[in-house]
Amino acid sequence: MTLKATLRASTAAALIAMGGAALADGHATHPVTGATLATEQVFTYRVLDEHSSLDPGVVEDVSGSEIVRDLFEGLMNDDADGNLIPGVATGYTVSDDKLTYTFTLRDNAKWSNGEPVTAGDFVYAWRRAASPELASPYAWYMSLMAVEGVDAVIAGEAPLDSLGVSAPDDHTLVVQLSTPLPYFVQMTTHATTFPVPQAVIEEFGDAWTQPDHIVSNGAYVLSEHVPQERSVRVRNDMYWNNDATIIEEVVALVINDENQALTRYLAGELDRTEVPAGQYPRLSEEYPDEALSFPRLCNYYYTFNLREDGPEAFKDVRVRQALALAVDRDVIVDNVLAGGQSAAYTFTPAATADFTVPSVEMAAMTQDERNARAVELLAEAGYGADNPLAFEMLYNTSDAHRSIAVAMSQMWKQTLGVEATLANQEWQTFLEARGNGDFELARGAWCGDYNEASTFLDLLQSGSGYNDAKYDNAEVDELLMGARTAEEPQINYTRIEEIIAEEMPVIPVYHYAGVYMLNDALMNWPVDNVQQNWYSRDLYKVAE
Amino acid sequence: MITKPGDVELIANAAGLAEVKGRSLWQDARRRFMRNKAAVAGMIVLVFIGLFAVFGGFLAQYPNDYVDFTLTGAGASNGVPSIETGHYFGVDPDGRDLYARTVQGTGISLMVGIVGAMVAVVVGTLYGATAGYVGGRTDGVMMRIVDILMSIPFMFVLILMLVIFGRSILMLFIGIGLISWLDMARIARGQTLTIKNKEFVEAAVATGVRPMTIILRHIVPNLLGIVIVYATLLVPNMIIFESFISFLGLGVQEPMTSLGALINSGAGQMNYGRLWMLAYPLFFFLITLFAFFFVGDGLRDALDPKDR
Amino acid sequence: MYSFILRRLMIAIPTILILVVFSFVLMYAAPGGPFNSERPLPPEVMANIEAKYGLDQPFLMQIFNYVWGVVTQFDFGPSFQYTSRTVNDVIAQGFPVTLTYGFWSAVVALVFGVTLGVAAAIRHNTWLDYLAVGISIGAQALPNFVMAPILVLIFTLWLGLLPGGGWNGGQWQYVVMPVIALSTSYMASIARITRSSMLEVMNSNFIRTAQAKGLPMHRVILHHALKPALLPVISYLGPAFVGMITGSVVVDVFFSTGGIGQFFVNSAFNRDYAVIMGITILVGVLTILLNLLVDILYAWIDPKIRY
Repeated sequence: MTLKATLRASTAAALIAMGGAALADGHATHPVTGATLATEQVFTYRVLDEHSSLDPGVVEDVSGSEIVRDLFEGLMNDDADGNLIPGVATGYTVSDDKLTYTFTLRDNAKWSNGEPVTAGDFVYAWRRAASPELASPYAWYMSLMAVEGVDAVIAGEAPLDSLGVSAPDDHTLVVQLSTPLPYFVQMTTHATTFPVPQAVIEEFGDAWTQPDHIVSNGAYVLSEHVPQERSVRVRNDMYWNNDATIIEEVVALVINDENQALTRYLAGELDRTEVPAGQYPRLSEEYPDEALSFPRLCNYYYTFNLREDGPEAFKDVRVRQALALAVDRDVIVDNVLAGGQSAAYTFTPAATADFTVPSVEMAAMTQDERNARAVELLAEAGYGADNPLAFEMLYNTSDAHRSIAVAMSQMWKQTLGVEATLANQEWQTFLEARGNGDFELARGAWCGDYNEASTFLDLLQSGSGYNDAKYDNAEVDELLMGARTAEEPQINYTRIEEIIAEEMPVIPVYHYAGVYMLNDALMNWPVDNVQQNWYSRDLYKVAE
Repeated sequence: MITKPGDVELIANAAGLAEVKGRSLWQDARRRFMRNKAAVAGMIVLVFIGLFAVFGGFLAQYPNDYVDFTLTGAGASNGVPSIETGHYFGVDPDGRDLYARTVQGTGISLMVGIVGAMVAVVVGTLYGATAGYVGGRTDGVMMRIVDILMSIPFMFVLILMLVIFGRSILMLFIGIGLISWLDMARIARGQTLTIKNKEFVEAAVATGVRPMTIILRHIVPNLLGIVIVYATLLVPNMIIFESFISFLGLGVQEPMTSLGALINSGAGQMNYGRLWMLAYPLFFFLITLFAFFFVGDGLRDALDPKDR
Repeated sequence: MYSFILRRLMIAIPTILILVVFSFVLMYAAPGGPFNSERPLPPEVMANIEAKYGLDQPFLMQIFNYVWGVVTQFDFGPSFQYTSRTVNDVIAQGFPVTLTYGFWSAVVALVFGVTLGVAAAIRHNTWLDYLAVGISIGAQALPNFVMAPILVLIFTLWLGLLPGGGWNGGQWQYVVMPVIALSTSYMASIARITRSSMLEVMNSNFIRTAQAKGLPMHRVILHHALKPALLPVISYLGPAFVGMITGSVVVDVFFSTGGIGQFFVNSAFNRDYAVIMGITILVGVLTILLNLLVDILYAWIDPKIRY
């Protein structure tokens, strides 16, 4: 039997398409909500830093991916709630062994130069993303997707056409997987899988993403890019659903300093900016319609170094427990950050789809109980006034990380008499030190690549390259493996979280929230999309 | 580049001052310095700042790394300066006592300034005096090296060093020391050229004193006036320099701090109704710099016979 | 004179070479490559990347290739971080921006600094003098990372007169605040230098003679005193202008101008060796050229100097 996965065509999208014509006159209204639209539909937002690239195959940072999602369109998109909706693909089928996916592509998708978007464009893009020649830092994403033969292609041991992706005709894309992957289709909303225009790339080489050259198939095209200053994208008239697009122009301004960005937001130069740590309570009081906070799919933790040559003290589970217990997470989320983040006692965020946070003992205790227990445990482990525990905690340079590290080190000092020395490093140096095990306790954070608990828990698998603690527990490995094919993976995830809570290889601190100042005329921001895969074509501005 | 080469010119104006007149020059200079009200006031302020940095910590009610969790982050707005709470200067954005931190930051900033100036004095003077005294080809090579080093964008190199080797006070001192001595070497050399033909030097040469001894015993002491003036003007520039490094986030490690780091974190809070976080460290920063500039100018005028 | 220029240019070449080698070695020794990321790359991907940028070759080969490319084709290679751009692109985009606001800052610093300095000197020991000295020391001491946000608060948020940042091709509204933030400390230095050298010139014999002849004060100042008094200011200009390029880091961070300073700092933090080297060499060459220019200017104004 072949499982036919029909995707519910969004009725809203159809309605928008019909009402699009109303935009022509000055009193346009939104086709769904009926709100009067502003005459100037320009969305300006702040980005912290220059994006790494606009090449879908290469882009690796959040701000770059946001732009790429507007410029290009992959097989599937996210809707405002994070559910899958059709993109270039109108639907797909999965074979019985769950190893072959067949996507049907829409026939009206076009590149911005008028050429049709074909399955061949996807095949080219996927091969290119995995090719040694492009040497994309995101080539690993292709192997995460378990596409047949991808590892050999990346290593340069097999030709590009051995990759398990093919185009029987212009509107059919077939993907072969090497292992069943329940969340495979979700992964196709990511930039690495987007199609790229072969002819343009071959003509201009690395410079193909510059505004004069770029050809894209998304709702917008790049019209201007001044590195470290701004990039501008405007409506793409060739986009298959162009009639539904309301925002005419999207401007991303690079503003490094978050306080400076907030000042400029308040001066009306921006429609969106991040709220600096600790400022949300004040801003939400002063600007209740503009300050915004919602959960995101990211965690924040400190990881112990559990390697052989790591600190002796951390090999004692009581020490790890004591340190984890003595962190008053409520102070961190309510005072230090104060932006609606939630205290974390488990590794996986509660916002994760189909995931129920297991009840762990620590979460149920009061902070006084935790502190008392921590003091007991540390004394049992043999540390006290005559033999104080001392270690170094490493974080990367940033005001918010500093504030959290300062608070945590003082909690340990005031509750347990532990001496934690702070050490901050530049991002690249920090990554090197953490990756090489050149640390005692180090900050970590992870944002889900896809909306499923394994994207987080995989970090604690013994063989994972991201397992900086080098935590090694055979039961956890087994449970993770089992979850991939299990009918009810939650059972495995619950057990893993319980093991983590017992053995405490990492100290979960909090789960992220998106904390924004958002112009109250800008509508339809997908606050319920925990991965924050937003598309400018879904937004609109109402008349004030 | 950073050491405000203008000061070299200011010093060069004072070039005539090293006329060796023994004790009377210094007595003269002191009298003239004492008549300069701004300079004397600067001197007094410096003494107070020094005392503040060394002993101010005894008055602090909290250690400089102690966090009051009710006053951290969002709560910091309640950490206003107050005598009752013991937070004389309020708290910083992390809920730590700003008074204790200002005391400690002032200490670090002064230390950076003074160490930078000392490196300049020791290395620069010896290097310049040696080049000037030995002369000839050695002089040529030594001064070319200075020229080459001067055209390296040192600020960039220092940023690289701090990024690459990680920040530490030692690295900061090395970086600052690398830059600060170059101008001093030039000034010292210029002065040495005029001194080395003086009778007392020739007499020493005639009696067979070793060149190194001549440099240390006869040349260097006579450079002292100009060296002191230059060093005094160098200190504030080093402090400004450190503040820039702190701005880039490359300054000293937490929980230690410097005035530059405090000002930088305070400047971010100024639109959030927490002006004290900027005001106190900035005040100490400014009066320290003012004092050094006034004392430096005063010393120059005092040691420069032309300006009488 | 020509032989002097030639000699100085001869020194410039080894200087630049030393600069190139020094920064290359420094970065080669650095922990953290440009391609580290939160998720460590599989070794084969890393190998592909290193091969692409020639990082898998022996050290001496790398440095030779680099220097060769720079010398023969002015090619600083591709940026590691901004993959679709070359270092030449980065410099071509950021440098004119920095140069523009740097130039206007120099003009502003010079005009206001000299005026303030001369005013202080001819009204020596009056309230005007004290005021000028106070302003100039204050301006020199106030860090520009404090001044920049204050400017934005006043002009953008409160008065709504100027945009709070950006460059927009260099329209004047976007240039004003960067120039103010950058020029003040140099204005202060120039004022102090001018004041001190003006005082000295005004005490010299030839000015006393001119005054004794009964020439009006403004003539004495403009025609006789100013030129010699400006000599130290001129020798300060070269290093000051280069200092401004370094100082542009603060301007770029606060005003998002997209100048060279921001590129440098970002590249240093991200280990984009190619961009760091390109900018370091550029600034080094600029330093050498400006110092040379200043020396020539100096010689031209002051006929006493012979090389």
